[in-house]
Amino acid sequence: MSATNHHTLSALVENRPGVLSRVAGLFTRRGFNIDSLAVGPSERADRSVITIRVDCTHHSVEQVVKQLMKLIDVIDVIEISPESAIERELLLIKVKADADKRQEIMKLSEVFDARVVDVGATTLLLECVEHPDRLQALEELLAPYGIVEAVRTGRVAILRASAPDGESRTRLRVMG
Amino acid sequence: MSAIDIEKARSRTGRMTGAEAIIRCLEAEGVDVCWGIPGGAILPLYDAFMAVDHDVQHVLVRHEQGAGHMAQGYARATGKVGVCIATSGPGATNLVTPIADAFLDSTPMVAITGQVPRHLIGTDAFQEADITGIVMPIVKHSFLVQDVEDLPRIFREAFHIAATGRPGPVLVDIPKDVQLSEFDFSYPEEIEIPGYDADYISGIDPASIDAAADLIVHARKPVLYVGGGIINGEASDELILLAEALQVPVTTTLLAKGAFPDSHPLSVQMPGMHGSKYANWTIHRSDLLITIGARFDDRVTGKLDAFAPGAKVIHFDIDPAEISKNRTADVSLIGELRETIPALRDAVLAKRGTDRLAAQVDWLNDVQQWRNENPFRYRREESGILKPQYVMEAFDRALKGTDVIWVTGVGQHQMWAAQFLTIDGPRRWLTSGGLGTMGFGVPAAIGAQQGRPDAYVVNIDGDGCFQMTMQELATAICYDVPVIHAVLNNGWLGMVRQWQELFHGERYSETDLFGTIPDFVKLAEAYGCLALRAETETEADAVIAEAIAARRPTVIDFRVDREEKVYPMVPAGAASHEMIDEQWDNEWVEEGV
Repeated sequence: MSATNHHTLSALVENRPGVLSRVAGLFTRRGFNIDSLAVGPSERADRSVITIRVDCTHHSVEQVVKQLMKLIDVIDVIEISPESAIERELLLIKVKADADKRQEIMKLSEVFDARVVDVGATTLLLECVEHPDRLQALEELLAPYGIVEAVRTGRVAILRASAPDGESRTRLRVMG
Repeated sequence: MSAIDIEKARSRTGRMTGAEAIIRCLEAEGVDVCWGIPGGAILPLYDAFMAVDHDVQHVLVRHEQGAGHMAQGYARATGKVGVCIATSGPGATNLVTPIADAFLDSTPMVAITGQVPRHLIGTDAFQEADITGIVMPIVKHSFLVQDVEDLPRIFREAFHIAATGRPGPVLVDIPKDVQLSEFDFSYPEEIEIPGYDADYISGIDPASIDAAADLIVHARKPVLYVGGGIINGEASDELILLAEALQVPVTTTLLAKGAFPDSHPLSVQMPGMHGSKYANWTIHRSDLLITIGARFDDRVTGKLDAFAPGAKVIHFDIDPAEISKNRTADVSLIGELRETIPALRDAVLAKRGTDRLAAQVDWLNDVQQWRNENPFRYRREESGILKPQYVMEAFDRALKGTDVIWVTGVGQHQMWAAQFLTIDGPRRWLTSGGLGTMGFGVPAAIGAQQGRPDAYVVNIDGDGCFQMTMQELATAICYDVPVIHAVLNNGWLGMVRQWQELFHGERYSETDLFGTIPDFVKLAEAYGCLALRAETETEADAVIAEAIAARRPTVIDFRVDREEKVYPMVPAGAASHEMIDEQWDNEWVEEGV
């Protein structure tokens, strides 16, 4: 994945019915490609945060941000650069694990800080919260054992606590 | 229509139903006229229209699409927000086309729709349609009123959002039971919309002004490329001062016709697909596009890569998202044009005085020569067959210097009107540009006339367009709206036919209306209109004079040349300077372009 064409945007939005479909609809209408999208509550009850990973091969990220900003329910949008942010995603993955493979898989998962959350007769259920690239690596390592099922939440991102003040969540002023 | 005492309306309080509150909100926003049709889910509002004393005139139309376009015509003629009303389901979906039209042409409009009662939403109830979902991609914003207590705030926000920044349509969907609920009404004074603080457009960035002025001072072949933003931004006077100070030619897009006077010596009129050769050549040869309130629409640019290939771009607009959307701007400024344009003018004058103007003399001479040698033109036939362009010229002569508003449908007649009518002021030219809505003319003209009762309003229409919305002649008669509907009747869906002739091997697939068109004179008489017909130039002059004198709803059936085409033309996908045209005796040789 070429890092230059993919951007992570964090949109602070009104916590109202229909906001997610306005945002998703905008991406469809304008032909912007979403790699991943995660939505959840923010620190305020009346606000939600939508974290969008967008493929900007065919559009500038500025155009995506400006169009998002035009939505009345979108309060602000910031681009979160990987250097100044913590990015995480949750993976739940069910792997084929007969008795003789269990130890091997559990050792492997320790390396990735993955937890075993359930054990079946022939499968293990792992949970891992990590950077999406690390989750990708974990999935690839588990693939040879046989992945029965896997779900991911989509990435969420936040600026580092140590980020300079200028990069805190203030309204992005797009002056063209 | 009575003027509304807005201060009084805004200070009103009291217990009332949601339905009455809608009317009080309209009064508080100064809405003295609105257009619509009643139905089940909006019945409480219509009951309140009759049950309570108020100052809002409701105009009953014949189709909700007509209500929407009338609200648009009114809005664009007056600058105020247009209001249309429909019931749920089919009433609401009939508003979709005007909403989309208002979105693409940035027209301030509030559409009010009834919705099924809250407990039935989502059950596929009778006449239920998720109208907020349906219009999501074509509104500036929309509201579904879930609680009657929110109603005044929502109306306040809806009108504010529709009218400010880049104007656009806002839809307010109100369930029937919300209209029937009682509450204590008061109209909010303050507006707080966290995602819409228009602050970011206020203030003038000195660095951008300075950079723009620098580009202008050093340009040798600048052109002002201006769009409908000038009209929405009420910045025509400022634009004229800027153009005259800079001595720069001005091209006005289809939406901007009238923003800069067509008869001004610096005007090169309309660019684009059916624009003037001299506008397209001026753009093509320029070294600086001073773009103001325009958006590099594909009908203007033609092949985007080949548009003004040697030009740097200054882009002033109120919408940040237009900057560098289609064409990258070298310098841009977001703001109210009536503030940013004078700032630019001052900065340029401070930088250069008048001496640099000499460098542009050659440029202005070139532009002038292109203009003299390549006017919009047509051939008058020996046979006396009536040319549509002649009808435009005859109307232009007859109403020259009067308070006149021209409205059009979409197609060949629209382009002939754009080419041959002289529009010298803003809000005198109302056309469906972005969406290209056939049928816009009849209702938009009626709405415009109701907003400007003293003006002459002429709807230049085609026979195809006219048949899409002609039922609104009934509305014109009911409310005595004296629009002249001039139908350029060639018995074709003419613009499509033109494309079929030029690009589809003359296969006229489903475009020939000849023989299936009703007798427009009889039809107009049936509605109660003055009905006239012209088949020759002499007859055309006579019926135009008669119609202008009559001051009553009028339809004129102009039987025009069936074969006439709109020229010049940029073929789809071609570069904008590569225009095709008929052969003329003094053909301009395209060397050097």
